[in-house]
Amino acid sequence: MSASLSRRAAYERTRKRRSIAVATVSSLTVVAAIVLFVPRMPRWDRVKESFFSGERFADSFPRLLEAFVLDIKIFAWSTPAIVILALLVAIARNSRSAALFPVRVLTIAYTDIMRGVPVILSIYLIGFGVPGLGLERPWNSPLLWGSVALVLTYASYVAEVFRAGIESIHESQRAAARSLGLSNWQTMRFVVLPQAIRRVVPPLMNDMVSLQKDVALVSLIGPIEILRQAGVDKSKFANFTPYVVAAVIFLMMTIPLTRTTDYLLERERRRTTGTRVR
Amino acid sequence: MRKLSLSIALTGALLLAACGGESSSSDTTAASAAGTGNECTVGKTPEANTLTIGTGNPAYSPWVDNDAPESKEGFEAAVAYAVAAELGFADTAVKWVRTGFDEAIQPGVKNFDFNLQQYTITDERKKTVSFSDSYYTTNQAVVALKGSPAIGATTVAAMKDVKFGAQAGTTSLDFITNVIKPSTEPYVYDDNAGAKAALEAKQIDAVVVDLPTAFYIAAAELTDASVVGQFPANLSTTPDNFGFVFDLNNELVGCVNTALATLKDNGTLATIEKTWLSDKTNAPVFAAE
Repeated sequence: MSASLSRRAAYERTRKRRSIAVATVSSLTVVAAIVLFVPRMPRWDRVKESFFSGERFADSFPRLLEAFVLDIKIFAWSTPAIVILALLVAIARNSRSAALFPVRVLTIAYTDIMRGVPVILSIYLIGFGVPGLGLERPWNSPLLWGSVALVLTYASYVAEVFRAGIESIHESQRAAARSLGLSNWQTMRFVVLPQAIRRVVPPLMNDMVSLQKDVALVSLIGPIEILRQAGVDKSKFANFTPYVVAAVIFLMMTIPLTRTTDYLLERERRRTTGTRVR
Repeated sequence: MRKLSLSIALTGALLLAACGGESSSSDTTAASAAGTGNECTVGKTPEANTLTIGTGNPAYSPWVDNDAPESKEGFEAAVAYAVAAELGFADTAVKWVRTGFDEAIQPGVKNFDFNLQQYTITDERKKTVSFSDSYYTTNQAVVALKGSPAIGATTVAAMKDVKFGAQAGTTSLDFITNVIKPSTEPYVYDDNAGAKAALEAKQIDAVVVDLPTAFYIAAAELTDASVVGQFPANLSTTPDNFGFVFDLNNELVGCVNTALATLKDNGTLATIEKTWLSDKTNAPVFAAE
């Protein structure tokens, strides 16, 4: 290889420079348009005071960060429960034994219903309804039943993801495993699941990002978490800045998670496909 | 680059032209037909000859009965029509719109002249909206179901271990955290329906609401519920004075304040209060200790 560029490399380099220049100019134009002209809108001062008040931001931030701990807790104890329940549902739905037919019907009904029902309804129904049957404290806690509602809803989505992963494993894998003398269950446990779960990790992360935000819905039945606290601050000061604070705090969590998802997706793509076409 | 800066300038000019037309229309023709406002209100209502009033969605008793403000039934409905009449608007010139709390405080142009749904006047809120003078002053009160640990309490101190609930966006929540200071964090709900469900599920022992609402939910919405008591006004950090909400610095505030002052002086406001609220507001008062 000589130091001088081939014609092709030179061409690619000019194309690349050109696209960087175009991207820079267009980005700058957009930023300039926003920075220069939004403040000139007639009621910008009012919007600024209502959404970007520095005073309100500084005042709310520590309080909201503290309230966010509850979101993290709900997320932390719900996630393992979701994964376990979803896996059980997915495996049950994929069972082949004739005796398990009613189980398969039940799991289909479960995923169909829970995916179709709004999360809000299931939180109200389970969070108020079940304790309303006469449970005593602490067993009537809205945190407990709100989490149960989240787990039931999210497990139905995640179960479908697992099922897709399981079904994506070629039938020949099962055939090979069975002909080696593995039982139905052993085939699932040692051959199908390890491959299936690996494939579905990226889409699962997507559901987790979504769960992170839906955790806030538990506040509908009482507990004060970040979004509720932001709402309380909003009403107290008739100012929406606390929601901006909440958004910033959420982004501090979700951006690393979404970046990780993208990284995993990319790694999976590289592992399973050939060279990238440019 | 010249081309680029030109296009920015053009875009800017268009944006400004599109959004800049906010003129104060105070030079509208003075003469108005009978029943469509007095000389004070001329040109100050966005929809000429009509007074647009905002209320909750839904609006609750005893403030607005049956969620029908047009019937003039309920305290706030009656006050609104009395103020409208004082401002020279006939009943037919009053238009109602429904807004949530947030809609009334957002920074954009409002779709109502004023909004009344038990907004407590606070200094913090005055930074983003304008308030009229107070049209009603109330105390906070405790509602509990039979068998609740709150039942029988006569002092604030006796309720330290009570699990409280409140409606989000109300001063009641502030009152719980700053005055009662219970040992466990209160739960918060979007509306009375949530608080009611939580009371029935025994997730909370008692709710704190303003006194007229307390009597309404104890009598009409819950079974086996009672108003345990009301807190004396001197306990509150800010007294619960309800005011009409206006867009910030709205010119109509002065007219409405004049109208409210007249209604207070001639006893109309007291009569309305007596009709819709007063006979329902006798509850024991809590002592501090």
